Amino acid sequence: MALLSKKDANLILDPLADNNPITIQVLGICSALAITAELKASLVMAVSVIFVMGVGNVVISLLRNVIPSKIRIIAQLIVVATLVIVVDQVLKAFAYELSKTLSVFVGLIITNCIIMGRFEAFALGNGVWRSFLDGIGNALGYGVILVIIGFFRELLGSGTLFGIPVLGDPIAKTGLYSIGYENNGFMIIPPAALIVVGIIIWVQRSRNRALIEEA
Amino acid sequence: MLEHLELFFKSIFIDNMVFAVFLGMCSYLAVSKKVSTAVGLGAAVIFVLAVTVPLNWLLDQYLLKEGALVWLGPEYADYNLSFLSFIMFIATIATMVQLVEIVVEKFSPSLYNSLGIFLPLIAVNCAILGGSLFMQAREIPTLGLALNYGISSGIGWFLAILAIAAIREKIRYSNVPAPLRGLGITFIITGLMGIGFQSFGGMLTGDNEPPEGEQPTTAEQTKEKELIKKEIEEDDKAVSYNEVVKE
Repeated sequence: MALLSKKDANLILDPLADNNPITIQVLGICSALAITAELKASLVMAVSVIFVMGVGNVVISLLRNVIPSKIRIIAQLIVVATLVIVVDQVLKAFAYELSKTLSVFVGLIITNCIIMGRFEAFALGNGVWRSFLDGIGNALGYGVILVIIGFFRELLGSGTLFGIPVLGDPIAKTGLYSIGYENNGFMIIPPAALIVVGIIIWVQRSRNRALIEEA
Repeated sequence: MLEHLELFFKSIFIDNMVFAVFLGMCSYLAVSKKVSTAVGLGAAVIFVLAVTVPLNWLLDQYLLKEGALVWLGPEYADYNLSFLSFIMFIATIATMVQLVEIVVEKFSPSLYNSLGIFLPLIAVNCAILGGSLFMQAREIPTLGLALNYGISSGIGWFLAILAIAAIREKIRYSNVPAPLRGLGITFIITGLMGIGFQSFGGMLTGDNEPPEGEQPTTAEQTKEKELIKKEIEEDDKAVSYNEVVKE
């Protein structure tokens, strides 16, 4: 990456794997799980969070010398809430069906701990460009996990990706279904998301033993 | 009375904040290592939900909803400020949490000592904002029901964090595979508990359909319904197919 210095590139790359917001920092689980039954919803959620994080980190970083530390939480909440209102209105205007599926979870981006966490930990103490990269990096790390969960849940639960059947037709019994494969309805119910995240954590920590928790 | 009872059990068991809609997962995972702290946080969540949900209900009813400003005069009847609800709700929550903290500190130092440290944490707990947003999305009709909803979903959250904290205290003595230790196994246990809680699903939907507006709104549940509908359609198709074959 010639465009970015190595240090800056790490801001983006770190959260994608070894410092992932969901699997390592345990932030932003709430919205990650509820909307991942379909790949499309996961992707839209990821894009929304990337937008809110990128812009939000820049705004907070610009304001970091102006905000009195006593009321910073409220100031941060107002910035996020404004950005989320923008996202919500855009979704309602251009993807109404999807915004119905996401329902209150768009609003819950406000209390997504990743956003507040990064504001507190990074944007309040760093320059605009680096905060922007940090925001994008963390939101991407979040998005990656979301898309992985969405991919497996939709593929195994409904046999589709983005609503397009990829494993054959369950009614006409073509493709995989012709040899007796059945959709796993279990993947559609909410608790399955938790188990998928648990398995992702398991895989990640088996590959990188340094991440294993003591006790 | 019956609708209060129904909403109460529904919010605790069927639409449980943690197991059905994953709200407040961050603090649920972070503060569930010990039962005593879990109890403290759970109590604080019940308390704050009981205060903020009715308050936001009033805001929604008299300020934000379409036509809510009609009490100012007939010319305001067309105003719809509901796009402002996120910012209003979160501002109310943040202020209320601060206010509650100050009041509790002044009048009940012992309660403050047990709840105090958790109160600031709660302003950004998604369960609190989620409570208000679900209250709005489900169009809860009266202030009493809103209060009921706040308290009962708080109790649901309390139950969930209490249960997981107790399990985590015990699981320390079990031989969990190393990469799963800590976070991983907590996720999987929560998932299994969630499946258990799913079995409450049929409890209140025995003979009467839930009233309009109280229909579950999460993505999963709509999806589930679609799936059921699809299955029914498939069955219909199969039947008609069989008939065609017979003919």
